[in-house]
Amino acid sequence: MYTENKTSFPDLSETAWDIIVIGAGNAGICAAITAAEAGCSVLVIEAAPKDMRGGNTRHTRNLRAMHDEPTDILTDAYSFEEYFDDLMRVTKGVTNKELAELTLRKSSDLTGWLTDRGVRFQPALSGTLNLGRTNAFFLGGGRALLNSLCHHAEKIGIIISYQTPVTELIIEDGFCTAVKLENGQSVSAKNVITTAGGFEANLDWLAEGWGDSAKNFLVRGTPYNKGIILRSLLDGGAQSVGELDQCHAVAIDARAPKYDGGIASRIDGVPFSMVVNKHAERFYDEGEDFWPKRYAIWGRLVAGQPDQIAYSLLDSTGVDRFMPSVFTPIIDDTIEGLADKLGLDPVATRKAVDDFNAACPDGPIDQSILDNKATSGLSPEKTNWAAPIANPPFYGFPLRPGITFTYMGVEVNDRAQILMQDGKPMANLFASGEIMAGNILGQGYLAGIGMTIGAVFGLIAGAEAARTLNSTAQENKQ
Amino acid sequence: MRLIDIAEADAHEETRRIMQICNACRYCEGFCAVFPAMERRRTFTEGDTAYLANLCHNCGACYHACQYAPPHEFGVNVPQTLSERRVETYADYAWPPVMSQAFQKNGFLTTLIVSLVLGLCVAGMLILISPHLFWGIHLGEGAFYTLVPHTVMAGIPLIISAFVLVSFVMGWRGYWHHTGAKWGGMASLLDAMSASANLRNLGGNNAGTNEGCPGPDDRPANARKYYHHLTFYGFMLCFASTSTGTIYHYLLGREAPYGYFSLPVLLGTVGGVILCIGTAGLWYEKQRMDERVKSLKTLGMDYAFIGILFAVSFTGLLLLGVRETSFMGLTLAIHLGFVYGFFLILPFSKFVHGIYRFAALLADANERKQS
Repeated sequence: MYTENKTSFPDLSETAWDIIVIGAGNAGICAAITAAEAGCSVLVIEAAPKDMRGGNTRHTRNLRAMHDEPTDILTDAYSFEEYFDDLMRVTKGVTNKELAELTLRKSSDLTGWLTDRGVRFQPALSGTLNLGRTNAFFLGGGRALLNSLCHHAEKIGIIISYQTPVTELIIEDGFCTAVKLENGQSVSAKNVITTAGGFEANLDWLAEGWGDSAKNFLVRGTPYNKGIILRSLLDGGAQSVGELDQCHAVAIDARAPKYDGGIASRIDGVPFSMVVNKHAERFYDEGEDFWPKRYAIWGRLVAGQPDQIAYSLLDSTGVDRFMPSVFTPIIDDTIEGLADKLGLDPVATRKAVDDFNAACPDGPIDQSILDNKATSGLSPEKTNWAAPIANPPFYGFPLRPGITFTYMGVEVNDRAQILMQDGKPMANLFASGEIMAGNILGQGYLAGIGMTIGAVFGLIAGAEAARTLNSTAQENKQ
Repeated sequence: MRLIDIAEADAHEETRRIMQICNACRYCEGFCAVFPAMERRRTFTEGDTAYLANLCHNCGACYHACQYAPPHEFGVNVPQTLSERRVETYADYAWPPVMSQAFQKNGFLTTLIVSLVLGLCVAGMLILISPHLFWGIHLGEGAFYTLVPHTVMAGIPLIISAFVLVSFVMGWRGYWHHTGAKWGGMASLLDAMSASANLRNLGGNNAGTNEGCPGPDDRPANARKYYHHLTFYGFMLCFASTSTGTIYHYLLGREAPYGYFSLPVLLGTVGGVILCIGTAGLWYEKQRMDERVKSLKTLGMDYAFIGILFAVSFTGLLLLGVRETSFMGLTLAIHLGFVYGFFLILPFSKFVHGIYRFAALLADANERKQS
């Protein structure tokens, strides 16, 4: 974990806050700003030091936004229907349709709302992932977005307390009476908005869903999302949503850090390689579809292999076909030598490569299209971009499952209120971000939708939390 | 286990390590020219890091946006590392090569040389010129030259300038060959000139929206860019002043000092004032810049150059103010001391950033056209 010298901070428990927001990521700050703009006093509690604030927002780059016509940051149009179809496709229908529809419709206002609060976007990209039509890119990425939002938040009087981990929420009959802090203080507010992320950095919890294989997972995301708030909410009677083992998991370089590796740890070479497990056996069609449509399934695929490890093998032609990686590939002039360096059996690897090469069709591949250059006679076949691994030197990348965030969370309604097991909303608890994303994202992933869910429900949670207070104040006046 | 070691090696090696991380992330590609230029490469030779370092305007936007900045274990700090790499390149291309050493403790060295020249100038004039002339009041055309003959006053910088020019050309050649830069024709030249003239890479956004780059914290601000504009254009006006003065002298046969509303004095006064404001502003912005973004190893060089430039323009204005008093001699001696010293250290000072920045912008303009 990261540490930095903490500046002394006034005793937070002395103030009677209208609203406490737990988590200073995109979802939390959007909620805090909305509530403060409605006149509430807001305290934001963040576990990380300032430089590492905001959970996985730091690792994000864009949000997915519906739009009917081109804007300066989004090309063409992305209709509600198309967006909804995309979501249905990736989740295979495992979603709360009402909340999904709400999220998608409200996504069209996000870029304007964020821009008004100092966030800068970059003009539509022609980049490798070709997301310029569907996704709005933050200039400089998620950390830059958060820098702008936090400046705005502080300007309008929101207090953000860093390095302030929460140990427990005290919940009585669906009412949060106190938020216990690691420093021994206890703070309370009329309403509490929880935006503290999932439990991806809690390997023990992951093991409940994945068994022992979880110990071999790398956590691409923030090390701060240990699920403490989620656990507290579930213990306090909140209804859970989503499966324990559902998460955003991609295949990343096995040499990446245990935590916090982020985007740069990914490997884009799978479609142009053959991928084998530790027994030098292939296990899935590497060329099934374009990588942006497939990268998010490879974490689970590798997780299903013995010891949760796999190896992407390429030759000198293939290695130039994709974006460079942080980690220099392992190189050797022979397949046997490469296998030896990777820890694979040289004889078995040689045979696997020979079999693969023999099954490849003739002629060059075309990576700009699904070229149907498929192997024949293998199990499984590689259905596109199948080219022999023949030109030395040979390259290898070791792969591990890299978890970005988990989907299991608390169930919410369209007012971002957390629901109890009996279906009734909790009295003063709201949620946004990863901690409730599973309502919409039951499985699969759609690039940029995590930030959209966080921002949309952040705005809803902030507005609803403020509205309940204001209507109470009205009643008291009358 | 730490797989990417933060090497204690040279700045090239650290730049290479960082660029390999940046090239797998690319979130910063919207900020300035450095990141698109990086994306056109997969590996980074010494020439590549030299090119990227000189393309960087050291604003810090990418540091504040970086998910891998310290305390992350990747420890990515692009602006600071490129600053350190830049100074390495100044030393690499310095001519004569023995002067590479000058970029080691540059702040100290340039200050020392300018002080020596200044001392020499003042002492020399005090010794060589009789006191009643030195402390006398001289009015009208040729007043300056009653103290120092024009051939001497203009001859010294002429000799220095010839040396400086050769040094610049050799430095440029070194850079150009080392980085493998290619000439892209007139269109590239115009593009590089426009990027130098408007500092669009300090606009904070490749889209040209010009919100600015980070000021003292991570918020966009344009102060540093505007102070640089004042410094650059102030310097150019002073240069124009000297040039028109030369024309007056040789073509029109009129000797300095010229009237307050003459072209050389007007250009010099306006140029001098905005150069003073510009350099003072750059100093102010530099010292309040985020510690993590600026390179402590190059601060001496930065401050020394800004300081000397301020002194040149300030003493020039002072001379204008006191030229009809008995302090004209002393002020002239001090001003000439700063001017000569400034010219002498030019190829071994921060001034060269302009040469290599322009070369990098020129190469970048060509690369963008090709890609």
